[in-house]
Amino acid sequence: MNNSINELNQLKADAVKNLEATEGSRIVVGMASCGISAGAKPVLEALKKEVAAAGLGDVQVMPTGCVGMCIYEPIIEVFEHGKDKVTYIHMNPERVSKVVSEHLVKGKPVVEYTIGEAEDGKLKNLNDLKFYKKQKRIVLQNCGLINPEDINDYIAVNGYQALAKSLTEMTPQDVISIMKASGLRGRGGAGFPTGLKWSFAAANEADQKYIICNADEGDPGAFMDRSVLEGDPHSVLEALAIGGYAIGATKGFIYVRAEYPVAVNRLKIAINQAREKGFLGKNIFGSGFDFDIEIRLGAGAFVCGEETALIASIEGKRGMSRNKPPFPANKGLWGKPTIINNVETLANIPKIILNGPEWFKSMGTEKSPGTKVFALGGKINNTGLVEVPMGITLREVIYDIGGDCINGKAFKAVQTGGPSGGCLPKEDLDVPIDFDNLVAIGSMMGSGGMIVMDEDNCMVDIARFFLDFTVDESCGKCTPCREGTKRMLEILDKITQGNGTMEDLTILEDLAENIKNTSLCALGQTAPNPVLSTMKHFKDEYVAHVVDKRCPTGVCKALLSYFITDACKGCTLCAKKCPVGAITGKVREMHHIDQDKCIKCGACMAACKFSAIIKK
Amino acid sequence: MQNDCGCNCNKADDERYVQLKAYIDSVKDSEGITMTVLQEAQRIFGYVPLEVQKFVSENIGVPIAELYGIATFYSQFAITPRGKHHIGVCLGTACYVRGAQKVMDKIVEELGIGVGETTKDGLFTLDATRCLGCCGLAPVIMIDDDVYGKLDNVDVIPAILEKYRN
Repeated sequence: MNNSINELNQLKADAVKNLEATEGSRIVVGMASCGISAGAKPVLEALKKEVAAAGLGDVQVMPTGCVGMCIYEPIIEVFEHGKDKVTYIHMNPERVSKVVSEHLVKGKPVVEYTIGEAEDGKLKNLNDLKFYKKQKRIVLQNCGLINPEDINDYIAVNGYQALAKSLTEMTPQDVISIMKASGLRGRGGAGFPTGLKWSFAAANEADQKYIICNADEGDPGAFMDRSVLEGDPHSVLEALAIGGYAIGATKGFIYVRAEYPVAVNRLKIAINQAREKGFLGKNIFGSGFDFDIEIRLGAGAFVCGEETALIASIEGKRGMSRNKPPFPANKGLWGKPTIINNVETLANIPKIILNGPEWFKSMGTEKSPGTKVFALGGKINNTGLVEVPMGITLREVIYDIGGDCINGKAFKAVQTGGPSGGCLPKEDLDVPIDFDNLVAIGSMMGSGGMIVMDEDNCMVDIARFFLDFTVDESCGKCTPCREGTKRMLEILDKITQGNGTMEDLTILEDLAENIKNTSLCALGQTAPNPVLSTMKHFKDEYVAHVVDKRCPTGVCKALLSYFITDACKGCTLCAKKCPVGAITGKVREMHHIDQDKCIKCGACMAACKFSAIIKK
Repeated sequence: MQNDCGCNCNKADDERYVQLKAYIDSVKDSEGITMTVLQEAQRIFGYVPLEVQKFVSENIGVPIAELYGIATFYSQFAITPRGKHHIGVCLGTACYVRGAQKVMDKIVEELGIGVGETTKDGLFTLDATRCLGCCGLAPVIMIDDDVYGKLDNVDVIPAILEKYRN
């Protein structure tokens, strides 16, 4: 047990030496879920084996969290004392052999596996990429640097110093004052001021209070929280303990999606290590403050990201939301005052305690200070995890960091806020990103998914996709959400099938307004957003589906027809490929598609060497 | 413990029930254990049929109606047996905009079953899953613990499925 700050500092001194690889070198393998999916496990194993076989005793090999750049996975980085780090991309066990024999043994980096050389002849590493230039990594600072399974690495980067400072130098009220002064707002989506929320729970007298980390990251296309948990789990534990001290809670819960096995495993390891070191448990840092954390697994219900539903789920019930007030800060888990904070919010807290509220406010905008992590995905070149200061424009994120749409296609829309957010057209790209601006233009920050769509995506289909999701995930308690979203989905289905009328569009808008105004919780209140925003910005696409019975992008199959143009050479390949025999024609004569037989699979178009088949 | 019918399905002899009972005893004193016990049951049995729900109900004192309500509310729980291999097609937004529907259509066509169903030979269960978090590899499917990414060309799917048929 280690219960004094002096001991923490001693641990830190040793850990820093290790992290900076002052003796020998340190190799990290990106082992977040995305890296593992791309094949990082065999790479790590091969690396360990090869390093041992080469007798390189002073080379440390270890996993690390998300480096951020999904498209280059599996990634390994080599840190040698006094040298620039070397980044190797698209690694596999064969490439590992060469890196070990050339780089580690002979000291010659394998240029062909890196990102390449800069103009001055130096090897480029990840930090040199445009992808990183506009980023400001606060929450993700340690992801990709430290070994998430080793508490000493976290201690080396000032880990648990903020907890020590809070417990020994500050009163709970001081901690809350700092949080209030920092202006930190909840990163889960709604942007409620964290310090204010804490003060509500602190003001309530109770024999037991709770603090919960909401890690039920359910937005499709959002994986920021998972990356923090996988790459820097201790930052969340430390923040929970600080929050517990501030509001007077001795027990914390982490409610995490069961779909995140890697994150759950690393959290378990981290909790055990923190207990061993005495950062969790009784009388932490000799302050008399007791705090411990328990993990609870979600079971696949999006609504459990809503705080009252989450509480019900931890209590072991169906995850259904309830009316507020009473707010959880007054009556939460088992009727006790409870604070629920999102993962990314928590990860900011130790840094704010250590660096002060002014430091935090120096980043971002006046009303939304700090940074925000976005999961950038969809039809974009640099898919990955990015952390940017609030106030940056969507254009900078999509073009400068994201590197534009794939295959040179034209940008159409960006979706923020997941099923609760909206699709924003190119006219909105210069809006500075913060909580209030995004709401003003009909979307929302949400948890941070940012999906780019190009000219090939049908906006009516995207709206239908999100509605399909919310219908599935509605808990069914209140009628507007349960019935209303279902009716909206039916209308959207009708439109994408080519049976829509202009009247349907009016009904859709009316329904949307009603659902927004009368639903019980945020799930229903925001569910119509994807439809409303696409109707506002892409009305012409809806009209094309309804009036012209045509899907301009060719996504909605029912509205799609394949035709053979006179570019046809009569090679018969399409007729051979057609699985239903819908194509007829003689050799060297133009072929014809029987529209009644055609199942619109697109096999003919893919097979044609003369681009003679078009869809419209 | 002997069943009323006196047949061989004696739960005291079934390793799985013994394991579940041991787990229940280890958490009995905590609050809000219903979900965690059902999750453990699902892990042990692969699904939570009525028989297992009855057993849980008797042991933790929660009415079976409530357990059934929970088991059918959360998508993680299955009350019918699952196939030997579980195929999850990611229908997260990033995968969807990059063609996950085509991937899903192809698998549906190949296996001849719908989403949420199991093939007659008990080999595959097909599900649409939430974001698997490998958006950089979109569109993605997951078979058991293996991830297959960048499936823009759906013609590679039959060969992937074939690997699990042997």
